[in-house]
Amino acid sequence: MTMTLTINGAEHRVEAEPDTPLLYVLRDDLGLNGAKYGCGLGQCGACTVHVDGRPVFSCLTPVAAVQGRRVTTVEGLGSPGNLGPLQQAFEQEQAAQCGYCIAGMIMRAQVLLDRGGSISDADIRNHMQTNLCRCGTHMRILRAVRRAVDATGARTSSLEAKP
Amino acid sequence: MSRSLDTLSRRSFLTAGALVVGFSMVPRAFAQLVGGGEGGAGPKVVAPNLPGSLKSAPILDSWIRIDANGAVTVFTGKVELGQGIKTALIQVAAEELDVPPARVTLVTADTARTPDEGLTAGSHSMQDSGTAILNAAANVRMLLARKAAEGWGVAEDAVATTGDGRLAGPGGRSASYGEIAAALSLHVEAMPDAPRRDPARYRTMGRDLPRVDIPAKLAGGAAYIQDMRLPGMLHARVVRGPSVGSRLEPLAIAEVAAMPGVVTVVQDGSFVAIVAEREWTAVKALRRIQNAKTVRSAPPLPAGGPNPQGVVEALKALPSRDIVIQDGPDRPANAAHTVKARYTRPWLSHGSIGPSCSLALFQDGKLTVWTHSQGTFDVRRVAAQLVGLAEEDVHAIHVEGSGCYGQNGADDVSADAALIAKHVPGRPIRLQWMREQEFGWEPLGPGMVTELEASLGPDKRIAAWRHEVWSNPHNNRPVGAGGVLAGGEVPNPFPVPEGKPIPMPEGDGSRNSVPLYNLPNLHVVYHFLKDMPIRVSALRSLGAHLNVFSIESMFDELARAGGIDPLDLRLAHMADERGRDVIAAVAERFAWRDRPQPDGRRGCGMAFARYKNLGAYCAVAMEVEVERETGRIRVRRAVATVDCGQAASPDGVRNQVEGGIVQSISWTSREAMSFDAERRTGFDWSAYPILRFKDVPDSVAVHVMDRPGQPFLGTAEAAQGPAAAALANAVADATGVRLRDMPLNPERVRAAVGVI
Amino acid sequence: MTPRRTVAALAALAVVGLAGFAVVAWKPEIAPVRRPMAGDFAPDEVRRGATLATLGDCAVCHTADNGVIYAGGRPLATPFGTLYATNITPDEATGIGRWSKDAFRRAMRDGVARDGSHLYPALPYDHYTHVTDGDLDALYAYLMTRPAVEARAPENSLIPPLGFRPLLTGWKLLFLETGGIAPDPARSDTWNRGRYLVEGLGHCGSCHTPRNLAGAEIRSKAFAGGVAEGWNAPPLDASSAAARAWTAETLYTYLRTGLSPRQGAAAGPMEPVVHGLSSAPEEDVRAIATYIGSVMGLKASKEPAPVPPPVDRAAEAAREHPEGAALFAGACAGCHGDGAPMVAQGRPPLSHVDAVQAEDPRNAVQAILQGLKPSSGVGPYMPPFRDSLTDGQVAQIAAYVRTRFSEKPAWPELADAVAEAKREGSSP
Repeated sequence: MTMTLTINGAEHRVEAEPDTPLLYVLRDDLGLNGAKYGCGLGQCGACTVHVDGRPVFSCLTPVAAVQGRRVTTVEGLGSPGNLGPLQQAFEQEQAAQCGYCIAGMIMRAQVLLDRGGSISDADIRNHMQTNLCRCGTHMRILRAVRRAVDATGARTSSLEAKP
Repeated sequence: MSRSLDTLSRRSFLTAGALVVGFSMVPRAFAQLVGGGEGGAGPKVVAPNLPGSLKSAPILDSWIRIDANGAVTVFTGKVELGQGIKTALIQVAAEELDVPPARVTLVTADTARTPDEGLTAGSHSMQDSGTAILNAAANVRMLLARKAAEGWGVAEDAVATTGDGRLAGPGGRSASYGEIAAALSLHVEAMPDAPRRDPARYRTMGRDLPRVDIPAKLAGGAAYIQDMRLPGMLHARVVRGPSVGSRLEPLAIAEVAAMPGVVTVVQDGSFVAIVAEREWTAVKALRRIQNAKTVRSAPPLPAGGPNPQGVVEALKALPSRDIVIQDGPDRPANAAHTVKARYTRPWLSHGSIGPSCSLALFQDGKLTVWTHSQGTFDVRRVAAQLVGLAEEDVHAIHVEGSGCYGQNGADDVSADAALIAKHVPGRPIRLQWMREQEFGWEPLGPGMVTELEASLGPDKRIAAWRHEVWSNPHNNRPVGAGGVLAGGEVPNPFPVPEGKPIPMPEGDGSRNSVPLYNLPNLHVVYHFLKDMPIRVSALRSLGAHLNVFSIESMFDELARAGGIDPLDLRLAHMADERGRDVIAAVAERFAWRDRPQPDGRRGCGMAFARYKNLGAYCAVAMEVEVERETGRIRVRRAVATVDCGQAASPDGVRNQVEGGIVQSISWTSREAMSFDAERRTGFDWSAYPILRFKDVPDSVAVHVMDRPGQPFLGTAEAAQGPAAAALANAVADATGVRLRDMPLNPERVRAAVGVI
Repeated sequence: MTPRRTVAALAALAVVGLAGFAVVAWKPEIAPVRRPMAGDFAPDEVRRGATLATLGDCAVCHTADNGVIYAGGRPLATPFGTLYATNITPDEATGIGRWSKDAFRRAMRDGVARDGSHLYPALPYDHYTHVTDGDLDALYAYLMTRPAVEARAPENSLIPPLGFRPLLTGWKLLFLETGGIAPDPARSDTWNRGRYLVEGLGHCGSCHTPRNLAGAEIRSKAFAGGVAEGWNAPPLDASSAAARAWTAETLYTYLRTGLSPRQGAAAGPMEPVVHGLSSAPEEDVRAIATYIGSVMGLKASKEPAPVPPPVDRAAEAAREHPEGAALFAGACAGCHGDGAPMVAQGRPPLSHVDAVQAEDPRNAVQAILQGLKPSSGVGPYMPPFRDSLTDGQVAQIAAYVRTRFSEKPAWPELADAVAEAKREGSSP
């Protein structure tokens, strides 16, 4: 059946069975590579995207369930030539080895950034617990998220500092 | 406890087998095998006097080409696995050519374009390919300068490169590489001693160049084989039982073939695969066909399961070929303390986050396979044999996949895709394994056992050392169709090749079984077990993980018995200057002498190894806190030092060592593939958990030693053993309880240390 | 709890509170002591205390997410507001380091802190009151020999006037029955041990017994089923049809492993309970299973009944709930569908999961919303669908699952049930 999806702010019409996991529609129909197939079981987080601003496993989200809802993928945060702030923090920390988990990590972390407020290192760890990395890039991922959080904080405080 | 070591050494002689391979007798130059000795013999050596992989591919233009615009293309037979090798090799080429790195395009393993450098394995890429490119680039720079000098009529040494792809001569003469290269043939053999750039004037090597592959990985660029989409591509799923040695029956093939969107169900012997227009259709068809009974088609899996006793029983029941690796010489010695200990490791999964994937296209009698295998040229050999084509009719191209850490399903999935493509000519086939297929069918890292006996003399020096290791082969890399799953499923199955050990000094189960320390009365025996009750092959660092764990644990056991600081005991027995430096540096950076004293919960440990006694030197120190109530180990800090010779990309080295430490903590403290008689039961991340964010160290600091101009030493696997041993040593320091069986998981730690 | 019920509960509490307050609100402080040292206790007593702490699940409430064990700080959402578990490490300033043995006993028995203030019955002293002196002393010995951690729990945020602790005096007057449990000589030692553990440290009734408006267990309805953190704690008494499918042996296995071939996996607040019991002494877990079995009215000798064939009415369910069917196929079938790897590993089919057969959809809905998260990282896992599915979609899936995997009547008002479950189970 034909469905209308809102992905990264743009409307797309796709032809797919309603039970098709969003992951396959993003990858195979829309050519978006960010969300990855890792387990298909909602255990590793490699497929993480946002639906209405919340992190979800796209491998277990039937496409029919997201009609009329806002879907954001890592492509919505920036492109390889024009990285968004969180992606830049990952680049600055060189926070990838094989990198297969990283798009999911970024989408997971972005939710924490969007939440705002004060974010401790323990908050970052607990928040990222959902996502798996096998190369052992965890320390750099934590540093990258920290860097992005601090950058956001710095912006906020510089705004506050204005008379 | 004290006794003469004469009896010990006599017994050692009695148990010694016929084959004596004296490690020290093998000349270093011939000792290093391409790709660490994994896989096949590798390409033929045609120029033994040349360094690195130039030995087998001595012609310069097989490595480096420069077009008229000065653009540089560099070819390597090695592949990017997420270890950052592309960036490091670009830095190497840019440095010796003296061009900006942005000018260099790197082509990785492709059977039609690049040299065959064997496997990308064994921490050999810098040693094999880095060395080849370094010297090839030096040759090219020399030829460019010579050609320019000829043209200008000046002396060769009056011509200099300027770092921006130009040559400068006396009187303001200047020419671009492109101009000079246009009149120069690089189709010439390299010479061994082309002048190299002065390390003091390096512009690119030794700097932290951002990795070239990272931006695409951060923003959904096409970075992986999983991201390839070819026109007319079909999606495939392969049908197998839950794990190796099982099959399904009955198979609802007719029903699945009739499902809308299913193009065909390929059957070739017992090989079965579903091919569909859409990926989700293929997945649903697979689930339909998997709704069947499981039948065991091989002998039952070892009865004892993955617990330590089970590992010991399973391995010791196998017929052993005893390989004596080191047998003395013996000299009389007295022992004040003797420690005997057995250490074990269960079977481990590679656990790549992305299940294996391959694309294949069979068209006009030719087959193209896109693969993320570590052995692109082997994929070609395997596919050619499997589908019955001449090798020259098969083109294998490496495309990066999810991290592999050894032989995961990458080779099998490529063979699967090739076989499917043969049955569906004209359309590209994309096959990805499902998560449970990766856990169920990939070769595991072998379970292993070591038994050590060591003595400390009254002079507080080690008086004798005996190390025995029991292991299956770690190198079952496919070099023919018998080595992949599909090869055993086609109507005339290819025989599974017999497992073979990798000779020392690289070794496989024996890797790093000979301590680098100066030890008298040293005996090392490898009980090589060729029969494999569980499908196994290479996992990052092979036997070094358990061998280093054992050796370095034993050092601390002796230190404790003799009341010696573990650092002093190590330094007292380390004659290798670079080894001493690395150990001393880690002690200094960790503030070992001022470390917190153990209090039942907090403790510190260190460990050291030189990978294979040939590669990088690595020392790791760790401070842990053991929650006795739950058995949870929290690593408060880990500090590592590594000497990898000249570091092409220091941050790349740090990234690898950091990752190695965290991965090794996961292996050592969490992981074991579980199984019952019928199947592997670790089928997902809840049944095979790995370390998550809450349990990674609070901090990891890696220091790369500055070794300008020194030969490259492989680094990628150097941390696995030391990190494992440092963890166990820190836990022993903290709690007073020595844990010798991996994994040191909370359940075991809790049971072993108790609440007081 | 609905707002109206909450108001009623508050009113009731206020009345009984005021009455009691006049009588015996005031409790004396027990003088602080020097913090005991490890050497003050016999090692065996400490070890026994560790086992008792496991059986009493102390760590579950008194440890924050990824926090130090017993250092407190974990929020507990109740109908009356949020309480934060206290630090029970022997830190002198923020923990119980200056508590004497008597102060500890009084807290566990009477719900009064060392300084004389009343403790909320979130600490189940209505159960702990039955624990013997010897066991309390062993627990004390164990806790006092843990590392002291300086950590102050956040302030509770309770509906006024419940922040006023003396009100609890009235609650205790009405609902707290102190005293030990005399062994029943007609019963086996195992049964008696089981009763002692279940009624005392194990505090099973805290979840499995319904509570009155004042939040106290209704003794006359012991084990008739309750609600905890938005999940139904199923009835364990003989009234329950589901209980009849158990045997002492299957109960034991379930308590030990969290899995039962006929009931499914332990979920919600029960999961940490079975995680604790997985390392408790085998004989104690057997004793608990024996006693619960007798509460359920199971014959001791009962052989496990054969596991019935699964119910699977896929065609009918798809006809009745086509949207639910599509959602199930994309969201659930990867684990619960035919041919899924989890099924191939022998995990129970959905028709053998209690939550699917229950009269009330609450647990099925909570499982979909919150998923299952094994404390140790090993064991049955289910991802949460709270964010990926709308309330309506969750209801559609639940309706489909009920029709497909159960022969019981459809669940009514599923949309309301989802909304309520979300409210009650809004875990962080």
